Amino acid sequence: MARYPKPAEGSWTQHYPHLDTKPISFEDSTSREWYELEKEAIFKRSWLKVGRVEEVPKSGRYFTREIPAADTSIIVVRDGEDVRAFHNICRHRGNKLVWSDFPQEETAGTARQFTCKYHGWRYGLDGACTFVQQESEFFDLDKAEYGLVPVHCDTFAGFIFVNFADQPSQSLRDYLGPMLLGVEDYPFHEMTDRYAFKVECRANWKVFSDAFLEFYHAPVVHVGQHPRALRAMITAGGYEAPHYQLDGPHGVVTTAGSLHRSWEMPPENVKPADLATRSGLFGPWEQSDLGELPPGINPGKINPWGLSSFQFFPNFAILIWEAGWYNTHQYWPTSHNSLIFEGNVYSLPAKSASERVGREMAAVSFKEYSLQDANTLEATQMGIEAGVIHQWPLNDQEVLVRHFHHEAAQRVADYQREKG
Amino acid sequence: MPMLPSEFSGLERYAGKWCLATENERWKARMSSGMEELQELYDAVLPLVPEAMAYCDKFPLDDMPEDAVNLLRLVYSFVMVSFAVELWAQTYPPDTRGTDFVRLSEPLP
Repeated sequence: MARYPKPAEGSWTQHYPHLDTKPISFEDSTSREWYELEKEAIFKRSWLKVGRVEEVPKSGRYFTREIPAADTSIIVVRDGEDVRAFHNICRHRGNKLVWSDFPQEETAGTARQFTCKYHGWRYGLDGACTFVQQESEFFDLDKAEYGLVPVHCDTFAGFIFVNFADQPSQSLRDYLGPMLLGVEDYPFHEMTDRYAFKVECRANWKVFSDAFLEFYHAPVVHVGQHPRALRAMITAGGYEAPHYQLDGPHGVVTTAGSLHRSWEMPPENVKPADLATRSGLFGPWEQSDLGELPPGINPGKINPWGLSSFQFFPNFAILIWEAGWYNTHQYWPTSHNSLIFEGNVYSLPAKSASERVGREMAAVSFKEYSLQDANTLEATQMGIEAGVIHQWPLNDQEVLVRHFHHEAAQRVADYQREKG
Repeated sequence: MPMLPSEFSGLERYAGKWCLATENERWKARMSSGMEELQELYDAVLPLVPEAMAYCDKFPLDDMPEDAVNLLRLVYSFVMVSFAVELWAQTYPPDTRGTDFVRLSEPLP
């Protein structure tokens, strides 16, 4: 018996005509060759989130990002009012332009200009080549032709995106579409208390992302996060989302807030540490006052609302929680069966020590369940790589998983058609 | 020289090991301690969390005296060990040994 109404077609999956209900293949997540195609078809031509504007607050502040899925490293820098991105490559002999101590690692800092560590060529914050060591030794060299190679860069709600296509087929806003644009007025820029996490994991980037596209697994993998008294009930109850929505390649799943309101529960059903710190898995109990929020964060108008998890194709997610905080996930493939997962938890700056303790409780909870996800997904990758089983059934609560693999495959098919 | 405010002298014997500035250090301390030790810390701090937070709240976050910062760090360690004690009955979450999830940065203190 469904807890929440389904669309008139009978299911969320059938509501979207481009999706079928058959078992799917995960060969797209085990093949080296397929991953090479995805790099070209997806990562070298989609808008990719690479940071937030708070990371480059003043002119000259920069950070570098390694993006193996696009075979490159980039510099993101603020130049006056503009945020710019460049390939992190000196135009003279190809040395990586900006790095510190370890060439493979990312770095950040403040600069008036970038100077190559190899032969001293210099570049302005606008990418122009401003100095060539012993310029008169060169042959007809025009510095104006040797600026850094720019990468298309734009911002949305303070998130910095880049696109490696020579000419992106869509602007960032057109690419995001109305559903994601609906979160634009959320006060992301005020939520500067940040807890940042990272893990390298042996799973395909889509397999990893899949676990955050559905909460069907939550009452099983994560049931231990709840007090013992509730566990049997939570697992038996399973998971149903009151709302799914797709828009272009992107998607959102909303959960209801019934489990989130620990303060309304009998104390024996709440962890003693949650009672003591007035916080827990779903965030601090004292709701942050964020003012009026954009209706787009709860597109299904669910009440009580718990959270909405917005999936920005291909590899970024924003989860906005009722308690007034948000977290982000990002999945950066490093090979066909490995990735770097980055997680960030953001909230308004704590005004007191007790507020900070509440945020700490939420951040530690985030780690405890992310560890459970990450380890499980390595086990999943092993299972699908065995090559014994070729078809995998997905249920209606996994509609975003089905959609995600469909969209990724569609882009590869488009790319292959284009290349003939 | 005590590390904690005198009102919390009963917790002083945990201060040397558990007043840790970063989550990385607190995670390592949890992983390298026995469950009896985690349980003892948990039992000692749990009833005092509301008082400890009220004490720390008397000061602005960016200008806390050292003993109050130590007290806050001890509460953070309580949060860290509470998962082992309340949920897992072991130091780490079950079935997570093959992975890690490193906190790279956090607001301080």
